[in-house]
Amino acid sequence: MSEPRFRRDGAWIGASVPRREDPRLVAGRGRFVDDIALPGMLHAQFVRSSVAHGRIVAVDLDEVRAVPGVVAAFSAADLGLGDITALLDRPPHEFVPTAMPVLARDTVRFVGEPVAIVIARDPYAAEDGVEAALVEYEELPPVVSDTAALADDAPLVHAEAPRNTLVDVSLFATEGIDDVFAEAPCVVRVQTKTGRQNALPLETRGVVAHWDDRDEQLLVQTNTQIPHQVRTVLAGCAGLAEKQVRVTVPDMGGGFGQKCVVGREEIAASAAALRLRRPVKWIEDRRDALTAAFLAREQRYDVRAAFDAEGHILGLDADVVCDMGAYSCYPFTAGIEPLMASAEMPSVYRVPAYRVRGRAVTTNKAPTGPYRGVSRPQYVMVMERLMERAARELGVDPVEIRRRNLITVFPYTGVNGITYDPGSYRESLDLCEQVLRDEGWYDVRDSDRVIGIGYSCFSERTGYGSGAFAQRKMQVVPGFDISEIRMDVSGTVSVTTGTMSHGQSHETTMAQIVADRLGLDLAQVKIVQGDTDRITYGWGSFASRSITIGGSAVAAASEKLGDQLREIAAHLLDADVDSVELDGAGGVRLRDDPERRLSFAELADVAYLRAHLLPKGVGPGLTATASFDVAGDGTFSNATHGVVVELDPGTGGVEILRYVCVEDCGVAIHPQIVEGQCRGGIAQGIAGALFEQITYDAAGQPLAPSLMEYKVPTAAEIPDVAIHHLETPCAFTANGAKGAGEGGTIGAPAAVLGAVNDALRDTGVELDDTPIAREAVFRALEAHRG
Amino acid sequence: MAEIQLVELTVNGERHDLAVEPRRTLVDVLRHDLGLTGTHVGCEHGICGACTVLVDGAPVRACLVFAAQVEDADIRTVESLEAPDGTPSDLQQEFSAHHGLQCGFCTPGFLMLAQGFLAERPDATKEEIREVVASNLCRCTGYQTIVEAVDACAARRRNA
Repeated sequence: MSEPRFRRDGAWIGASVPRREDPRLVAGRGRFVDDIALPGMLHAQFVRSSVAHGRIVAVDLDEVRAVPGVVAAFSAADLGLGDITALLDRPPHEFVPTAMPVLARDTVRFVGEPVAIVIARDPYAAEDGVEAALVEYEELPPVVSDTAALADDAPLVHAEAPRNTLVDVSLFATEGIDDVFAEAPCVVRVQTKTGRQNALPLETRGVVAHWDDRDEQLLVQTNTQIPHQVRTVLAGCAGLAEKQVRVTVPDMGGGFGQKCVVGREEIAASAAALRLRRPVKWIEDRRDALTAAFLAREQRYDVRAAFDAEGHILGLDADVVCDMGAYSCYPFTAGIEPLMASAEMPSVYRVPAYRVRGRAVTTNKAPTGPYRGVSRPQYVMVMERLMERAARELGVDPVEIRRRNLITVFPYTGVNGITYDPGSYRESLDLCEQVLRDEGWYDVRDSDRVIGIGYSCFSERTGYGSGAFAQRKMQVVPGFDISEIRMDVSGTVSVTTGTMSHGQSHETTMAQIVADRLGLDLAQVKIVQGDTDRITYGWGSFASRSITIGGSAVAAASEKLGDQLREIAAHLLDADVDSVELDGAGGVRLRDDPERRLSFAELADVAYLRAHLLPKGVGPGLTATASFDVAGDGTFSNATHGVVVELDPGTGGVEILRYVCVEDCGVAIHPQIVEGQCRGGIAQGIAGALFEQITYDAAGQPLAPSLMEYKVPTAAEIPDVAIHHLETPCAFTANGAKGAGEGGTIGAPAAVLGAVNDALRDTGVELDDTPIAREAVFRALEAHRG
Repeated sequence: MAEIQLVELTVNGERHDLAVEPRRTLVDVLRHDLGLTGTHVGCEHGICGACTVLVDGAPVRACLVFAAQVEDADIRTVESLEAPDGTPSDLQQEFSAHHGLQCGFCTPGFLMLAQGFLAERPDATKEEIREVVASNLCRCTGYQTIVEAVDACAARRRNA
């Protein structure tokens, strides 16, 4: 092996340094979108549909315009904007494109759909204005469930989508799979329904937009995970060139996927600002966030698995129906959930035969977008239920049956065509079980109390490159990231990333990577994100891609800049470029004579202020650009979660007594932040397993319009989590890092449900749906007591 | 046009004279009239606690109080926590040290909740702290590190 060109002292990678975001955030000096105030700024609110399905007969905004403080009110006809349309490159029998107008034009398709925008001098007057709107609807029969949507005589949510089906794919269908099931000694089946959820970032969506005459630009400050995609959609809808739109992102109060799709309201408010030539702010109120923002997770599974007598899985046959609500989200489309589930369902197990049908159906409910984990919390839960059910039928220990099926030899190419890079699937399960045994929980389980232990084993593809998304056949294909680094005259650097932190701490972790590569102090590194004028292009932050892909691009750009610094230093030191190295302390030195060195400041001084001293052929300035994409199928983080629950026979309540997470995200850049992602993710997974659900009545009216009905768990419900780390470095990302953003959420529902079912083991009842109904637990225990 | 009311507020020790609509909430006055944007709004119906401030030392949801209701009170916001030279308070330091915040949106509410609670109950046990932390919502952390941060601050103050 050749000598490393970069001396790395290891001080930064793997160090839980103080977060650079914290000082401003703990002081209340963050700048979130609602903290922005511009001279002459107006405030927007939306007139929203009061019916789930109807034709708009008339929109009368005259009374609105007469309300004191109201400046303007626009309907779809007034603004004349183009639609938001997300596409898949799939044939018509697999995908039906549907358009989402910015404001409803002729038809409303869910309660809360924006029909008109009201602009006023203050937010109170804007709400007064909304109340004065007169919208007349001709009501149409609503479709409020997946089963109703698929019924023979169902009303159509979109006329162009027969059987209300937007996506319908049948994949893999291993040859001979029917024979496998016919001949298998054990076939188990799981039918499950998972509840509709709201990702619920604590900061609701919002935007401040204004036309800047000097820059000849519409400046849009919006809390999005995907600023460049907002720019593209806004430019398209409003008929502007992309250079006429600048999207910047202030501090963000969470996103979790809900802010990873382009929202109609941010486009409408921006268009109003363009029309009025005055700044317009829109801040979503919580009611709208609960009823009209992008939701997720309402899925129905009917899955059979065949096993041999020893508990080895032989085949998997799945039917997945996802209730995607009224519209296809941009850029992912309504395929986001069914395509994820279909592609990845075999999970961490060696499944030799696989067949799946995945469908997205449209209903008269708020539309669905990505939410942390996307389908994986659901299909992992199904896979783990199948394992547990087969274990019971075959009389095999539930941990042992998993052990017999886990992938242990890597790389492993599955029946789904995906190649899994090395992980610690078996090791994480062994350690998790050992921890619970050593802590004595199996003895507690054998006591008189109603106690159960559950596990979930899963992997999580992180770092989806362009190739992986292309397999989904999205028309816009995310994947790569570009980073540009610039060293200034003083020798400090600013580095762009196309990823978009909204709580994940990229200002800290990306800077650690730069500091590591260049031998700088964190204080000498500035991270630039969330600005379409300063960043060539980016896909934002989602799918646990930031550290794997964004971090790799940042590392590559830093290394390129390091090469430039070495070239200049070699010239000035009159040495061969191969004989100089970065010294890990902000300079370049001769490898064999380390006393002879030049600091970055001295090199930058030459690069900018005394360019005549530069080597021949080297231009002035110190900048470098690099991109990174994942060539293959990405890299898989993995984990095992172990949960101990106690059931209350008096109330059906579920109390989590112990939660153990054994995770492997490769090399952790900042272990404390990784643990934070685990714990926060697990809290959201527990929320889905036990508490949160968006429901509708038969007319399609939302039944959880406030946080009184939508039960977000608090510190009283969420337990402490013990985290153990394993480390299987990724071979092709910078630093060997894998993503860590979603795993907690993915693993929690399966483990909690498994623990509840284990606690119910003597009752003969097995529960498969989430959120787990307290009443179902109560009845199971009551019937058993007699 | 709506009627306008003269209101005198004392916030972080500073007196302000304001002319506001009677329906204007305390949190809107703090944020948009006084420019104290550290206090956040998460739900506007008193559940999430992101808008928690201290009114005469007690944690209060500023979204559920009209500005006109707290005229004679001593109101404290997150901006009052750090020392005049910008040094973060012990509580702010512990939140950072324990990674008790990620996106930071709920943080000012939790800080003021804890500040009010620890002033009244300096000897609070970790379980009592957990109970109080359950007053507010955080969507990022899973709460464990918030409880640990408040507990560490309480211990630090007891040992000081």
